[in-house]
Amino acid sequence: MAVPDVSAGPSPATPAPAALPTGRGIELVLLAFAAVLVTGALVLVEANQEQELTRVLIFVGLAYLGLFTIAHVAVRRFAPYADPLILPCVALLNGLGLVMIHRLDLAEADRAQALGREAPTELISRQIAWTAIGLVLFVAVLWIVRDHRTLSRYAYTAGFAGLVLLALPGLLPSSISEVNGAKLWIRIGPVGIQPGEFAKILLIVFFAAFLMQKRDLFTTAGRKFLGMELPRGRDLGPLLLAWGLSVGVLVLERDLGTSLLFFGIVLVLLYAATERVSWMLIGLSFFLGGCLIAYQLFSHVRVRVQVWLDPFADFAGTGYQIGQALFGLGTGGVGGTGLGAGRPDLVPYAESDFMLSSLGEELGLIGLAAILVVYLVLITRGLRSALAVRDSFGKLLATGLAFTLALQVFIVIGGASKLIPLTGLTLPFLSYGGSSLVANYALVALLLRVSNAARAPLPRRPAAPLPPLADAGTELVERPR
Amino acid sequence: MNTPVRRIAIAVMVMILLLMANLTYVQVVQAGDYRADPRNQRVLLAEYSRKRGQISAARQIVASSVETNDRLRYLRQYTDGPIYAPITGYYSQTYSSSGVERAADSVLNGSDDRLFSRRLSDLITGRDPSGGNVVLTIDPNIQKAAYDQLTRKGYTGSVVALRPQTGEILAMVSTPSYDPNPLASHNSEEQMAAWQSYNAADPPVLVNRAISETYPPGSTFKLIDTAAALSSGRYTPDSQLTAAPSITLTGTNTDLRNFNGNACGTSQTASLRDALQRSCNTAFAQLAGDLGEQAIRQQAEAFGIGKTDLTIPMPVAMSTIGDIPDKAALEQSSIGQRDVALTPLQNAMVVAAIANGGQVMAPHLIKEIQSQELDPVETTQPDRIGPAVTPAVAQTLTDMMVNNENSYQSIGKITGVQIAAKTGTAEHGSDPKNTPPHVWYVAFAPAQNPQVAVAVMVESGGDPNNLAATGGAVAAPIGRAVIGAALGAGR
Repeated sequence: MAVPDVSAGPSPATPAPAALPTGRGIELVLLAFAAVLVTGALVLVEANQEQELTRVLIFVGLAYLGLFTIAHVAVRRFAPYADPLILPCVALLNGLGLVMIHRLDLAEADRAQALGREAPTELISRQIAWTAIGLVLFVAVLWIVRDHRTLSRYAYTAGFAGLVLLALPGLLPSSISEVNGAKLWIRIGPVGIQPGEFAKILLIVFFAAFLMQKRDLFTTAGRKFLGMELPRGRDLGPLLLAWGLSVGVLVLERDLGTSLLFFGIVLVLLYAATERVSWMLIGLSFFLGGCLIAYQLFSHVRVRVQVWLDPFADFAGTGYQIGQALFGLGTGGVGGTGLGAGRPDLVPYAESDFMLSSLGEELGLIGLAAILVVYLVLITRGLRSALAVRDSFGKLLATGLAFTLALQVFIVIGGASKLIPLTGLTLPFLSYGGSSLVANYALVALLLRVSNAARAPLPRRPAAPLPPLADAGTELVERPR
Repeated sequence: MNTPVRRIAIAVMVMILLLMANLTYVQVVQAGDYRADPRNQRVLLAEYSRKRGQISAARQIVASSVETNDRLRYLRQYTDGPIYAPITGYYSQTYSSSGVERAADSVLNGSDDRLFSRRLSDLITGRDPSGGNVVLTIDPNIQKAAYDQLTRKGYTGSVVALRPQTGEILAMVSTPSYDPNPLASHNSEEQMAAWQSYNAADPPVLVNRAISETYPPGSTFKLIDTAAALSSGRYTPDSQLTAAPSITLTGTNTDLRNFNGNACGTSQTASLRDALQRSCNTAFAQLAGDLGEQAIRQQAEAFGIGKTDLTIPMPVAMSTIGDIPDKAALEQSSIGQRDVALTPLQNAMVVAAIANGGQVMAPHLIKEIQSQELDPVETTQPDRIGPAVTPAVAQTLTDMMVNNENSYQSIGKITGVQIAAKTGTAEHGSDPKNTPPHVWYVAFAPAQNPQVAVAVMVESGGDPNNLAATGGAVAAPIGRAVIGAALGAGR
């Protein structure tokens, strides 16, 4: 990636590694741009909600700037060649999320005042705290994991830990783990975390390492069928394991989204490692089979599907949430009502699962398209790092991490806009929710780590003059076979 | 393993494109349906979250929105609700709206193009526009006097007062009336209870008798016959007509009789002036028969009868003289019976035109539209509908109406004010002889310098047992009191 670096001083003739563009200057400029956008959005919300431009605005704005300045400095220090677009994309999404959560806080306070009740706890201060914790983890990951390849050494530890975290809420008593029917939580006092969010990353690390090691095994040809090489029966083991796990999640934790997400990641990693479409097809047929069984067995799955097919059939009951979300999106239309001028608070869980309809009502199709493009940039930069990095583990890891984001965006936005049945997941970085935010910051830190490795100059062969490493991305460093 | 990663990247782009396509479908193709869905409260809440403009009459505010602390931010309030209800109408979340609330909705909710400049600044700040204000032509003194007059004796009826020169509606009353406040309540049970009781009320309260109901005008229609006669050039006030107490309708065996079966004076014939004053049915039947259907119909239409698109800005029911297939029908219609039916407003327009030198002015309720800051945005200019009669005929009619008034029973007469008037007592219903008649009084004053034209209509004589009710006894005192209030207000 040969983007001219605005901060790079030395002339292009100098062959020293320092002359390689790091992209940090661009990152800073883009972060400042994101800060301007987010502050502008906040001012609009305050103006439309007829708030005075209060200290809340200063507090939120400064907290935002401060947090991301720290993140930027950490990236400069620990991953100087990391992709410059990833962090600004994350910052913009997180910032917009904070603005929207603040806006919904105002609506809740309004309602509480109208009903003569005490104003509910503001979610924004919590979310800022979670952002801070997320960024601490972000810096910590960058600091501790200096080379992503070291992670592969802990593959089985990560796998075991991931499994435990994923399974834990399902095995715990409902009083601790159940919120709104899904057993995804570990709640101790007022603080609740969703360990599944962290399990997701650990399991990606495990699968990336595992598949890298056992790749030859999976590519051993089995019988041919319809021109495809089928894998041998005994090699189906890991896939069956993943399938069993996601079904277990579905049954024990009653959460379609996590189950779907988890299975999708394993499938894609298998495909990336083996380049065999047959794995995908087998996996998809497993998935469809699982869906059919789940539909037969579980009433909550049937309800979800019925609501998806016609949310207005039972508008007052099960279809209320998606129905209200569609009304919000429709009322927003192309241009949206303007930040702070709509009624996104009419949708239950507008700040978490239905962040999409909140944004869609007030920012319109234009705003949502912009947000989707930001996600697309973030994801494709992650996948680009996967292409550019030299080691197989790095490729699989980055692919897994980036695709996780993509799949989650697809499941959540698709669910909230009635493209697919609704499942309970959060929009990465936008939605309210501590675990998701913190875990996604760890995820992005790992992505930056891989992208740093992809773009950094090769340390051990300083003698040979090299082309800009950013261009090395399209080379096949080793034959996957 | 870069090939699969590239394919995965393509798959991700396809996923994002699918999301965009679906969002486009939801937010563009389906958006209209979702917005209009009655279960989508957003549009309604948005309307309620902006301050609706006020409706005022002179310096009195009759409808305004006050800020509340519940979910719907503004509550619609009506001062003297029942007095002004036929004008303001109501504004309800559940039961829609009526009256000026409905007819001037775009001004009151702020979406009217005439409030554009303010809207532009709202657009830039992204703020919901607040509504413009409506100033009525109503004179609160006259309105209140008319309402009190009708309700004092529990009459079911209507009063309309017009300024003859401009068509401004100075009073428009319909009784019994209702209080629009409970219909605008934010408590849905209160709304529903009010709605049910108003709809069950007998006589009905939600109907605006002044413009939505038509009544047989009875003898007040003889003003139109007389106007047609004078306009034909073949008649003067002194032209002689039959004074017979009863005639047989042409081509039938049915008798048409004068009131109480009296002859029209002591002679064989009566002048047109006397026939109008005594309201002799036989004389006008003969007159109409002579003038022909076309002359009567054209004269009626010149006064606005049969006009279908009259709005004030609420739509006004069409007044009609009905189908007149033969001469017998014409003779019956000439005395304001058969299928002749007028709104009280239309009857007021007839006398207002006579008072205004024959010129019919478009009646209107809205004097001015104001911006959110009470700055005038648009003032209604008087609009001529057209001449009904020449100024000379109008003057002759005035003189004849003065002659009428001076011969009537003098209940409630105002000393020092010359009124020009005509009464009417109209049979109606399936058993007309045993149903008290609708009684009318149409008038304007002062006769030579008209300030106000009034139509009073009391349904069924104001009393279900008073078969002998007449316009002169029941309606005229109300009309005189309204005129008194109008002229008192002018002083």
